[in-house]
Amino acid sequence: MPAASIQVSETPLVLYTLRRADDALILGHRLSEWCGHAPMLEEDMALANMGLDLLGQARELYSYAAKVEGNGNDEDKFAYLRDVRQYRNLLLVERPNGDFAHTMARQFFYAAFADLYWLAMMASRDPTMAAIAARSEKESAYHLRHCSEWMVRLGDGTDESHRRAQNAIDELWAYTGEMFQSDESERGLIDVGIAVDTSALRPRWLQTVSSVLTEATLTLPNNDWMQQGGRFGRHSEHLGHLLSQLQSMQRTFPGATW
Amino acid sequence: MTTPTIPLWEVFIRSRNGLAHKHVGSLHATDATLALQAARDIYTRRGEGLSIWVVPSHAITASDPSDKGMMFEPAESKIYRHPTFYDVPDEVGHM
Repeated sequence: MPAASIQVSETPLVLYTLRRADDALILGHRLSEWCGHAPMLEEDMALANMGLDLLGQARELYSYAAKVEGNGNDEDKFAYLRDVRQYRNLLLVERPNGDFAHTMARQFFYAAFADLYWLAMMASRDPTMAAIAARSEKESAYHLRHCSEWMVRLGDGTDESHRRAQNAIDELWAYTGEMFQSDESERGLIDVGIAVDTSALRPRWLQTVSSVLTEATLTLPNNDWMQQGGRFGRHSEHLGHLLSQLQSMQRTFPGATW
Repeated sequence: MTTPTIPLWEVFIRSRNGLAHKHVGSLHATDATLALQAARDIYTRRGEGLSIWVVPSHAITASDPSDKGMMFEPAESKIYRHPTFYDVPDEVGHM
């Protein structure tokens, strides 16, 4: 009998933590899909390393969410036993890998945000979140450096790599707005100094992104219309397929270990 | 997959302060910056290093293995070059 989904009491702090955990898990899983398929062995390792960094962040955040919720859930249950509508990640991180330029552009947009985000979260009044932030910031800083170098080389490389990199930027742009939004439940946490107001991070994010893309001879899209919904469980068709792969073992053999 | 046009780099890692960089292996990368990042990703995953050098493999001039006799055998018979025939006075302490 397949395992049923769990119920989660999404108090503001649980929801807030799950949202960040889901970002890290889903993006980390996307990177793991490259394992054995990257353009060269060196980059295969680099992508897997970034994926493992994100998986580590996800585990800490899920464990903390479980502790705050106090409902008998744990990191595995959050990852394996929630349905697509219960996932709270950004739409950006569930975008399919596409070609290498797509994967790099997605990682670049996210890392440029995550680096600023974790840096700001180091001052969180919540000591656990501040500790997770301190560790995650170093990882994100490296991810940003790695992806920035690739964006420059892809954009300012051959005609083919430039075309692919520009395509990726254009297609993913509309998914970047969600990173800087917050809702009522987050605003309460921002007011008491547990969470940070990510809308305040956007000018610096845009500065980083613009300067790298300029060096890469790539163009920032003009359109300001942004996709949203991931934070509330309204996902693209891609997340369900990802989860079916991620969860199949635990759904089929509940509690299986090896 | 072959990567014929991507240059080869030799990687040297220093494990702790005060120790010398040691050769740990090689990798392919298009330029020095990416070589350094690849070295970090491949050779320091288990906390092996505090410093990395990458050197283009073509910059290394190596001795010819077929010259082994001429190059190295003459030294083998000169054990007096090892500083093991001296009594170190106690006052010198640990050397």
